Parts: sequence; C-alpha cells; structure tokens
Amino acid sequence: MSSTPESRVKTAIPAQILPQASDGVQTDLPAVKLKATGINFFYGAFQALFDVSIEFFENRITALIGPSGCGKSTFIRNLNRINETIRGARCEGEILLDGENILGIDVTQLRRRVGMVFQRPNPFPKSIFDNVAYGVKINGLARGKRALEETVEKSLRRAALWDEVKDQLHKSAYALSGGQQQRLCIARALAVDPQVLLLDEPCSALDPIATGKIEDLLFTLKDQCTIVIVTHNMQQAGRVSDYTGFFLLGRLIEFNKTGVIFRTPAQKETEDYITGRFG
Amino acid sequence: MNARLLRRKVINAVMLALTGLCTAVTTSTLFVILGYLVWNGASAIDWDFFTKLPLSPGETGGGMANAIVGSFQILLLAAAVGIPVGVAAGIYLAEFNPNSVFSFLVRYTADLLNGVPSIVVGIFAWGVVVVPMKHFSALSGGLALALMLIPITVRTTEQFLKDVPVSMREGALALGASKWRAVATVVVPAARTGILTGLILGVARIAGETAPLLFTALNNQFWAKGWSAPIASLPVMIYTHAISPYEDWHRQAWAAGLVLLALVLLANIAARLILSRGANAQRS
Repeated sequence: MSSTPESRVKTAIPAQILPQASDGVQTDLPAVKLKATGINFFYGAFQALFDVSIEFFENRITALIGPSGCGKSTFIRNLNRINETIRGARCEGEILLDGENILGIDVTQLRRRVGMVFQRPNPFPKSIFDNVAYGVKINGLARGKRALEETVEKSLRRAALWDEVKDQLHKSAYALSGGQQQRLCIARALAVDPQVLLLDEPCSALDPIATGKIEDLLFTLKDQCTIVIVTHNMQQAGRVSDYTGFFLLGRLIEFNKTGVIFRTPAQKETEDYITGRFG
Repeated sequence: MNARLLRRKVINAVMLALTGLCTAVTTSTLFVILGYLVWNGASAIDWDFFTKLPLSPGETGGGMANAIVGSFQILLLAAAVGIPVGVAAGIYLAEFNPNSVFSFLVRYTADLLNGVPSIVVGIFAWGVVVVPMKHFSALSGGLALALMLIPITVRTTEQFLKDVPVSMREGALALGASKWRAVATVVVPAARTGILTGLILGVARIAGETAPLLFTALNNQFWAKGWSAPIASLPVMIYTHAISPYEDWHRQAWAAGLVLLALVLLANIAARLILSRGANAQRS
C-alpha cells in the first residue's frame, strides 16, 4: 500500500483552513455540518479506506478528487449509509451529522436529510412528475395534491429543468436526454429538502454543455445545503468547490481550501496529481 | 477444378442442406400440427361447440362448452394460488435474501419441482386432496396445476427482478425509502412487463397439462356443481374423446385440441407484444 506516513494522515486537516478570519476578508467561520473521524472501510477482507478524517462545512461545496479506485466514492457512500446495502461491507469510525452519530439516526430519516445523486442518471421508470414526487410521497412531506405539485415545480426549478419539461411532466423520464435525466435526479433529491447533497461523479456520463449546466446549478444550491461532490475531473473541482480533499489509495492525503490545494499543495502526491504527473 | 476442391464444395453444400432441412423441420412442426388440427377438427367447430354440452356417446353433435369454461375455472384457481405464492417467493429470493443457504435451497427445490413429472404432481394432489375429501373436484385439479405453476413463477419473477439495475434500488433507498418500499414502488414496477410476460407464459404452459387433472378434476359431461365437484377440462376431454370408439367424438377431440392450441398461441403472442412494448418504452 501507500508509503504515506501516519503523521501526514493525522494532520490532514491543517490549520490553514481556519485562518479565514486572519485573511481579513471573511470573519464568520462556516459551521461544521458533517464530521467523519477515523473511517476504515472494508469490502470483505479488502480494506478500501484507511483512517479517513474530514469535516464538511455548512453551505460550502467540498470536492473530493483522486484517481480511479482511490476510495472517494466509497467514502461518500458511507455518509448516507448506502454502503450498508453491499454484502460484506463494513465501516469503522464515527460520522457526525450536526454532532449526532449517524448510526443513531433512523436510516430512512438520515437518507432524507443526506441526499445523493449517482454517477449515472438513474431515473425510475415513471413519469417526470412521479420521479420528483417519489421522495415527497414516501416521506409523507406534502399534504394534498396541490402541495405536491408545488413541491415538484419548485424542485424542478431549483434543478434548472422546469422550463424544459413543464409541458411534458407526465411523459416517461426515459424520454429525457442524459443531462436532463441527471438534473431530474438532482430535482428528485432536492424535493425532500435535504440538508446535505452528495454527488458521486454526477457529470461523468455527460457532455460538456450538460456538465456546465450542472456546475452552474451547484452554485445556486449551496445557499440551501451543504454539498459534497466526488469528481475525477480536477478542472471541475477547481471551478465549483470551496474546499478540496485529495484521496490516494484509500487515504485522505490532503484537505484544504480549493485555492490552496491547487496553488500550493503541501504534499508531494497532491502536487504530482494536480499537475497531471499521474492519475 | 481439382478433386479436393470439388469434394470440399460438395461437403459444404451437403452440410448446409442438412442444417437447413433440420431448421425447416423444427419450424414447420408447429405449422404441420396446426394444419393437421384444422384439417381434422375444423369441421367440428361451430357455434354449438362453444355453447352446448357433450351429448351421449353415439349421438351426433353437441359441444364442449363445459370443458372450455372448466379449463378457465381450473386455471383461474391455479393462478389465484400459484401466482401470489410464486411472485412473493421470487421477490424474496431476488431482493431480500439472495445469498443465504436457505435461498439456495429454495432455488434448487424450485428447479427440481419444475422437473417433477406432471403425473406425479397429479397423484400427489390426489393423495392430499381427493382422498381426504373422498371425491374428485375442481379444487384438487386447480391445486395440482398451482403446484406446477409456482416453481415457474418463482424463477421467472426472480430473474426479471435481478435484471433491474442496482442503481434503481440505490436511487430509491437514497431518498429515504425503506427496503420494502423500494422493492414495492420501484423495483417490482421496473420489472413488471417481464414478470407479467412470465406469468402469461407460465399459465399457458400449464393450460395444456392433462396428467395432473386425470385423477383430480376427473371429467364431467355436464356443468360442474361447484368447486368440490368433478369438472370438465379441455385436455381431459381430448383424452376421453380420442380413446372413445366414436367417429364424431374423434372429430370433437381434434376440435378441442385446435381450440386449446389457439388459446396457448394467443397467450404467447400477447406475452411477446407486452414484452416488446415494455422494452420500447424503456429505450425511448
């Protein structure tokens, strides 16, 4: 495995993040929304994550980057406990949502608060309307038809899809293009009003124009929720995120403000990766 | 052209002709059977055949209305028992416990049950239903066919559910659905055209079973008096009419065969249409 010394991992959350106050620009520190400590993760006997500790700040976008197979997707799939559905999967360590251990929260409640958008668009074989309404219905969040319609419209607007689909809400979701399907999945996730939105390489199956639309969308969403986006596209991380974490071989090598990671990375591996020397 | 090349060409032509011939035999069998049934039975199919009861041996005319209705009654009972059990077990195998030893055993048992000779299923139903009740009945016939339907339904349901991508399940779970909710509202609907097709084909397959009915539903020359009385069915009617010495009954046996085959073919065509329409809807 990696030769990364233990000490580096321990100091993965450096003090530079905090001195926002000393920049003189921004004095209010963002609150910690999600905090993971000492995460080890196993697929059967295979260990995929090693002692990962990281914090995600409220109303900020955090990008997790790293080469394929580095564990970044595996990591965020622990944040809404969707990894529990995989046979032989085991997670050690502690994850706190607003200071509360996520293992103590009912899993369906947790997933309502921590939404997820997957790598490939996965609309249900239902109409556009029913896709967005799904989470609202199963969680009993809307009272009456009128409220449901309003929530669906609001969610589609937030996902910047409303104008394209407002006349065909009752068509199959499969009639949409790939980029529209992914925005539909974002609308579906937003409809239950999550506090955190996890995006697992949401643009990897999309063309640059569709990717651009989703990136624009993330900016408008961060006022309302905390966003964690996994991407193997470094330009994307640089464009959209406030903070960036770099994963390599199952370890969090470095975590800092995005500007710092891309301009003055502290670790040799991070520098090698962002300058394109490997990966 | 030298001799070797000629030989190779001849062998090639012969083999091509042989495989072509076998293909033709395979595909034409259906049409030969259909043609033979029409040739022998079409003359006995008239309005009376669908509306009248069989007459006494020796009399000319009459129909098989009771057998047609009886077949539907038995199939209805078989479907009412077999489909819920089979679909639920298929859902369990595919969604709730796919890798346990228990599921492995259930799967294996279903496959074995599928291979049990239908006459054995018949004698089993005779032993557990007919003997205690002390008479033949529609009920026992329906249960015998349900027994044959269950393993088919279990395996096709499981198969079509397994074809639903994992991402669909994760999508539902990630929105806060419970496991059961995700299965009931997303996974099963996603597989519904496939499951429905499997059900139609399963029912069509048991529609022609004769052996399980011979000593359960028995037969009846009249309308059945309820579920606990013997009841007529097309396959058994074909059997009793075909082994009789009467020319007119023979023609009616052919006609019954034609009707039965037509029903099964229609069910198959319907299933294919449903499946292809479902596939188109997913693609577009």
